[in-house]
Amino acid sequence: MSEALETERSFVDKFPEEARVVRAALLSSFLALVLGAIFGIIQTLHRTDVVRIIPSTDYYTLLTAHGVFLAISFTTFFLVGLFTWAVTRSLDRPLVNIRITWTWYTIMAVGMTMTGVSILAGFTDAIDMSADVLFTFYAPLQAHPLFYAGLAVFIVGSWIAGVDWFRTWLAWKRDHPDERIPLQTFMVLTTMAMWYIASSAVAASVLIFLLPWSLGFIDQVSPTLTRTLFWFFGHPVVYFWLMPAYLLWYTVLPKLAGGRLFSDPLARVVFVLFLLLSTPVGIHHQYLDPGIAEGFKFISMTNTMFLLLPSLLTAFTVVASVEYGARQRGGTGLLGWLTDLPWRKPEFTGMMLAGLMFAAGGFSGMVNAGMNINYMIHNTIWVPGHFHLTVGTAVALTFMAATYWIWPQISNKPIYSRSIGLFQVVLWFIGMALMSNAMHAQGIMGVPRRTAEPEYSGFDYPAMFGGFEELNIQIAIGGTLLFVSTVLFISNLVLTMGNPKVSGLAESLPPALSGPDDAPRVLDNLGLWVGIALTLVVLAYALPLAAIINRGGLLGPGVGTYPVWVAPVLDALAGAVTPLVGEVAGSLVGVTP
Amino acid sequence: MHIHAYEKLWLAASILLILLLIGSVTYGAVGPGVAMVADSEQPIDAGGLDEDERFSEPRVEQVGENEYAAYVVAYQFGFEPSPIVVPEDSTVTFYVTSRDVIHGFEVVGTNANTMVVPGEVSEITVEIDGSQEYGLLCNEYCGAGHHAMEGKVNVVSQEEFEERNSGGDDA
Repeated sequence: MSEALETERSFVDKFPEEARVVRAALLSSFLALVLGAIFGIIQTLHRTDVVRIIPSTDYYTLLTAHGVFLAISFTTFFLVGLFTWAVTRSLDRPLVNIRITWTWYTIMAVGMTMTGVSILAGFTDAIDMSADVLFTFYAPLQAHPLFYAGLAVFIVGSWIAGVDWFRTWLAWKRDHPDERIPLQTFMVLTTMAMWYIASSAVAASVLIFLLPWSLGFIDQVSPTLTRTLFWFFGHPVVYFWLMPAYLLWYTVLPKLAGGRLFSDPLARVVFVLFLLLSTPVGIHHQYLDPGIAEGFKFISMTNTMFLLLPSLLTAFTVVASVEYGARQRGGTGLLGWLTDLPWRKPEFTGMMLAGLMFAAGGFSGMVNAGMNINYMIHNTIWVPGHFHLTVGTAVALTFMAATYWIWPQISNKPIYSRSIGLFQVVLWFIGMALMSNAMHAQGIMGVPRRTAEPEYSGFDYPAMFGGFEELNIQIAIGGTLLFVSTVLFISNLVLTMGNPKVSGLAESLPPALSGPDDAPRVLDNLGLWVGIALTLVVLAYALPLAAIINRGGLLGPGVGTYPVWVAPVLDALAGAVTPLVGEVAGSLVGVTP
Repeated sequence: MHIHAYEKLWLAASILLILLLIGSVTYGAVGPGVAMVADSEQPIDAGGLDEDERFSEPRVEQVGENEYAAYVVAYQFGFEPSPIVVPEDSTVTFYVTSRDVIHGFEVVGTNANTMVVPGEVSEITVEIDGSQEYGLLCNEYCGAGHHAMEGKVNVVSQEEFEERNSGGDDA
């Protein structure tokens, strides 16, 4: 028996090439995490006026880097690594052509490097380049062309990754014509279908408007149109971050708890619902935008509320699966089974704490979605308080926790210290509880997000749940704990990479209690769901987009261009031209008499 | 497809919660009458505000019995007029536009909050009660001096408001 276990081959033994891609993708993700965390700690301490080591004008360079590196680079690189693992593992076959796999990885890495360079160049005056436009890059603030070009390249890379996984599935299907799509592959394919629909809008915005505009080919762009195209992508992208975490909660967490997934069919239903409902909701980010009719906002609001359904169903299934695991381990009682869970495992505890935080984030999300109470919190620090619970904990903490479980399988190296891992995930939870709670409270007081100095000269904030200063201290302490947690995570991983290779690190995933055969076959009809998703997107967006273009034209109502990158160039030009003009004028004066 | 009894119950409760949330928003709209910033105003030439009848001289003016209109221009990095002076116990409609990039208009501690987009005019109507000085801030990143962009909304007595306005100072 033990001999059989020892000889079981791990993921890296079976698929060494794929494991190398997964490791490369995860390491790219963690590089972004390190950079994002460094900018995060400087930012937290600056904003709360604890330590200000940079001028406030540079804060926005930092904030752009923090947002892009964490929300785009950290999340997406982890996703492509995890999905490559999940497709290969669940289909039990290598990807169709590993050279294509390395190609998309390289394209994504090049794209993100281009964008990253354009942002970081903002810190030095030596290079006339910057992109202080934040993660949302709203026109008419304008970044260096390299910023937009890099984003486009990165997105194209992710599209090819999706093609790679779809082709691998099709190849599998030829060999297994009558079998259900394995659950993890099903999750990957539905997520990617959503991603193609969502990212098409931002790609169009970048390629048709923003990039040509930044290169000077067109004079102006429409702020409302480009903003609407951004949010067409900007809401589903949060599910793009979340779906890998859901994949782990559905397929890995129940096993870690000692049991198995409660219901395979319901997991499929949930992913189909996300495919259908993630996109036709983006206008809820524009509740307070002028130039968009209230009716469109109302439709977006109802769609958003229905998007709660798959997450509420997930809460049930995940908790039920974990409870089943606990009872398998001998747990009893109404809540007594909670004590029979493997709380000492960092991968288990991390994911459970992430899920708990996601519930809190879900509630603040319901407030955000409530159209008329949105007036109270729109663009206040409540909003980053909310998404540091969702993407910043539900996603980020799940990814870190999962790394403790996946890394040994893809490298044959055991984790350096699982106790430090446990300490690290709990520390993240505590840090985020402090930081996010105080951010929500400040938001209700009206403290704005995205500002270097939230204290103003002309007025004070009303005191509510403790004063502004007191909440600042909570934010600073929370942010510091999060930074320490990230350092521990990365150090643990680096030390793990130095461990010698061993065997016996293989892990398997048990099938669901209620298996795929209980799921109606129509659930696997991806073409049908994509068709319905596209129809919903057309219904939700055709009229608003037509109305926006009808009001202001395709290129907007005569709005100027506000580059946050050519100012030094213009100054330099002006400096060079002025003496010339003076000389010419002088010589003219000299000639005239 | 087998669905556990508890699961069905949870599903029903979830749908009920969703309907209640939609109901509460609908109630907020038709009961207390919270209207959203919308497309009621025509687009405007952001580069030509100096020639615009309403925004060449940002001001507060009386438009009806106890009703006032405040024409506000947001720019990098401030608001005009500064301060915005409105009378107490009145209904004020703010018309806010931008001279340059996207800004925010947030009266601190209240729900008077809107995006300000160049080329568009945001219209929000608020009920004003007693005299008080409110902070006004920009809550959308608008450039390197964003954190310095602030203003004031001063609610003053009817007499003081008329006194200020009769002197030709329409701030």
